[in-house]
Amino acid sequence: MQISLAWLRSYVDPAINTDELVEQLTMAGLEIGSVEPAAAQFNGVVIGEVIAMQQHPDADRLRVCQVNVGTDEALQIVCGASNVRIGLKIPAALCGAVLPGDFKIKKSKLRGVESFGMLCSEKELGLAVDAHGLMELAADAPVGVDIRDYLSLNDVILEVDLTPNRADCLCAEGLAREIAILNKMNWAATEITNTPVTHQDSLAVSVADTTACPRYLGRLITGINANAITPLWMQERLRRSGIRSLGPLIDVTNYVLIELGQPLHVFDADKLTGNISVRWAKADESLSLLNNQVITLNTGSLVIADDLQVLALAGIMGGSETAVSDQTQSVFLECAFFAPLAIAGKARDFGLHTDSSHRFERGVDATLQSRAIERASQLIVEIAGGSVGPISEVTTKATLPTRLPILLRKQRILKTLGISLADDQVIDIFQRLGMAIETQTDGWLISPPGFRFDIAIEADLIEEIARIYGYNNLPSSSLLMRSELCTATEAMLDIDRIKDLMVDRGYQEAITYSFVDEDIQQAIAPEMDVIRLKNPISSELSVMRTTLWCGLLKAALYNTNRQQNRVRLFETGLRFIKTDDTTHQQKMLSGLALGDVYSEQWGEKSRKVDFFDIKADVQAIFSLTGCVAQFIPSPQPALHLGQSAKILSHDGETIGWLGMLHPVLEKKLGFDCPVFLFEMDQNLVLNKRIPVFKSLSKYPSVRRDLALIVKEDIAANDIINCVINSAEATLQDAKVFDIYRGKGVEDGSKSIALCLIFQNTTQTQTDSEIDAIISRLLTLLTEKLNAKLRD
Amino acid sequence: MSAILEEILAQALKELATVSDLNQLDKVRVHYLGKKGLFTLQLKELGNLDPEQRRSVGQIINQAKEQLQQQLEACKERMEEAALAARLASESIDVTLPGRGQSVAGLHPVTTTLRRISKIFASVGFTVVEGPEIEDDYHNFEALNIPAHHPARAMHDTFYFDAHTVLRTHTSPVQIRTMESEQPPLKVIAPGRVYRCDSDITHTPMFHQVEGFLVDTDVSFADLKGVIYEFLRAFFEKDIQVRFRPSYFPFTEPSAEVDIECVMCSGKGCRVCSQTGWLEVMGCGMIHPAVFKSVNIDSEKYSGFAFGMGVERLAMLRYGINDLRLFFENDLKFLEQFN
Repeated sequence: MQISLAWLRSYVDPAINTDELVEQLTMAGLEIGSVEPAAAQFNGVVIGEVIAMQQHPDADRLRVCQVNVGTDEALQIVCGASNVRIGLKIPAALCGAVLPGDFKIKKSKLRGVESFGMLCSEKELGLAVDAHGLMELAADAPVGVDIRDYLSLNDVILEVDLTPNRADCLCAEGLAREIAILNKMNWAATEITNTPVTHQDSLAVSVADTTACPRYLGRLITGINANAITPLWMQERLRRSGIRSLGPLIDVTNYVLIELGQPLHVFDADKLTGNISVRWAKADESLSLLNNQVITLNTGSLVIADDLQVLALAGIMGGSETAVSDQTQSVFLECAFFAPLAIAGKARDFGLHTDSSHRFERGVDATLQSRAIERASQLIVEIAGGSVGPISEVTTKATLPTRLPILLRKQRILKTLGISLADDQVIDIFQRLGMAIETQTDGWLISPPGFRFDIAIEADLIEEIARIYGYNNLPSSSLLMRSELCTATEAMLDIDRIKDLMVDRGYQEAITYSFVDEDIQQAIAPEMDVIRLKNPISSELSVMRTTLWCGLLKAALYNTNRQQNRVRLFETGLRFIKTDDTTHQQKMLSGLALGDVYSEQWGEKSRKVDFFDIKADVQAIFSLTGCVAQFIPSPQPALHLGQSAKILSHDGETIGWLGMLHPVLEKKLGFDCPVFLFEMDQNLVLNKRIPVFKSLSKYPSVRRDLALIVKEDIAANDIINCVINSAEATLQDAKVFDIYRGKGVEDGSKSIALCLIFQNTTQTQTDSEIDAIISRLLTLLTEKLNAKLRD
Repeated sequence: MSAILEEILAQALKELATVSDLNQLDKVRVHYLGKKGLFTLQLKELGNLDPEQRRSVGQIINQAKEQLQQQLEACKERMEEAALAARLASESIDVTLPGRGQSVAGLHPVTTTLRRISKIFASVGFTVVEGPEIEDDYHNFEALNIPAHHPARAMHDTFYFDAHTVLRTHTSPVQIRTMESEQPPLKVIAPGRVYRCDSDITHTPMFHQVEGFLVDTDVSFADLKGVIYEFLRAFFEKDIQVRFRPSYFPFTEPSAEVDIECVMCSGKGCRVCSQTGWLEVMGCGMIHPAVFKSVNIDSEKYSGFAFGMGVERLAMLRYGINDLRLFFENDLKFLEQFN
């Protein structure tokens, strides 16, 4: 909310400067977001009165005016405004004045006639964006007085960023009250005199749901001059609250809203049919709003209606058909208390947010309505004249908010805030806050006033103590807590260790959005059901990722599009999958590599990254956990059919995938080189084998190499598994150390060179023992895999 | 006899002087000192002399032989030195060239920041807990004292899947989930991704928060202040000014915003702190009785505090990053600055 500081100071004027006041309010929880001058910089402008006027001899549109500016002699000023007339009081910029935009006023000649200054519009003084003619000042404006003083333009506008609980400060009186409390000063609310009732016409009011509308007041004011001019002081205060002047009737309701915090509404009484009712809308009733939006109401919309139609969306916005205009002669003035729950969320349902809905949603003082309607009546009559009728009131006491006293226990203050306050200190704080306080044995019974509808429980009262006492005056203690030993789970590796490994192996950590482009998602994981956001921020971020590859591929493209020809990224995070209508949020670890295997360097021949580079990185992860993983050739929609491996745990559980991005996707996504990817389930990867010691053998180990010819479709793993599962007790290790195709090996076959390590724990193995083992292994390999020993 | 010896020795030394490699040196050695070498022959001839002469002549021969041997050794040493020097010269490299092989990359600055935050809190016994990102309305709002239509919901710009399922808007639901399953005393931090339907220069639809809370029998606002002070000083490694400002969160009471003295201008006022000298870094407060009630913890017996901070915000202040959006573009040129 924006408000004029001078207005606030008219209630209570502590002897501190603006900076100090701003700091004080901010530190009391009423954050001041900004402090702006109320008017642009200008000087040398005084109130003048046009005392004589003649047509310019050589220009139709110009007048030569004699202007009294409070000096002995009137000034001659040439003016082109259409509203200039004798007797008009206007701001007159004297010679030497500097107007906004560094516009200097000098003595000049206009078409041969001398001019000693300039008569100003609001626009020229920086008070409005637009203006039609000169700024017209009130007839009683004192001639010769500086316009800045007269309009108190040396004021500042405070932007108060209020938290939702402090709606009581969404008005001048609320803020003034708070300033008075903080400065231990007295203040007085605006004195309101009830306008005498001078006619007896009224509209009957019925309230269908008294829970939604506990209080409704309305009255007819007739014989109004809607063309009356809103006084400048009011226009200025409204302007400083960011509200444009829209004629006296609207201005008054806006003014009372800002002054007291009570939203009001004026209906053009001549456009009403019959009586007023507050009721829930019927399905499909429609309403044309003041902002010209036509809405279709539903049974959850609280409305104000007459016998014929819906007039307004209660507490939110009036309708255009019964809006006041400059033709209006009579109004029905509404001032109600709507329950926050009846209004909350309703404005947003129609895409609306108004000053009125903002307040009713947060809460309005339920005791304020009769004062507010009198204030508005008084101001309307003062400005636009008219005759005031009796107030029709429907108040249901039972549904008005109850304000029960709250018990505040002394011991609870100490427990929550860590301080013990003297009784009179506590009493003083609550008395200043306008709360009734009654001493009890171990504390106090405190009754909050109507405007503090946010105070409901003991904790609220303790917060008030803390706020007024000052958060920064409260003690701070060093953390003395009981401690427990932490657990050190060895069977789970910390994901941070894997992240560090990835970093050490040249992968940069990325963090990508959890929601992704549905098209990319669909292309990469067409088989997955997606979880769709109801209100995505854009179509590019509309579905939850079922694989982290979506984000990594996008990030990789971002970089290849920026002259990076080598990208290595990894990410950890959740993927979101839906199976049988259940959402699973699974922690994943994914990586991507493309381009050169090493960054460009003199010492290594440049080579593109391939499947086995990235497989080494994945295997490095498994070396951290000591778990054996298997890589099984298996198709995956996003991966190259011939370069795709499913990663299985020792127990055959699927841990993840590794492979080359499918060439079709590579092209479709816009890459110009192969991309390698892996993705694994974190929980499965992190399973760690706790080491179990095996005694070391004292006897030498023996190495034997075998070159085997097998068909191309036999995988290296088949051979290794065959050997390892052979139950040869002394076999310690089996490794492939060469693959050969070509001369000496027929097409469709390959030669695989195997290295076998044997070691016995109880004795040295003889050559003949080893020969026997090799022979058994060869028989097995021939039987199972049709392998032949290479000549 | 001695004349012959002298001649042989002179000849040997002369030959030695022209020797240019170890091979030639060896030939010289064999020629004079080998089994059939000239000195050996001389020694063999000693047998023909009478015993008197044998001793004195033998001595002379041995002296000459020793002299040659010394010269040979010296020559060998010289040559080996020269050979080593030549080898070193031929093998010298440009040590300023970079080492070869894989380069090391780095962690994302958000991760680095999260790790530092976790480390600081872990040092006083806080444990790290995680929670789901697709969250139900109850844990994200209701249980945190934010009923439907509460004005505070408007501050959250929630992403919805359906009426009851949202992307969590803060890490506070982890507070509820932890208190539902565990009994006090509790000392927990919950880092993670959170989501708000908002995207502009200063907002990304996803960002990171760390929620922390502590529940025990006698926890007061003073403990909260102490923890926050100590954390911020540890995080910024600086004795910075900290202030607590009353604020409002439905799930804490009293609630506070925490401001630190602007780390860019040391509180003098600059663009980053909008000339105020202060930067808002986190929200905190004493856990609201309604929150305790929703998880069946007796708020008469237990009290606690909770705090929540934006990780990107802290990372930006720590490293001087001026654009939030950079965090999620994953531009290598950005990421590599934090390696």
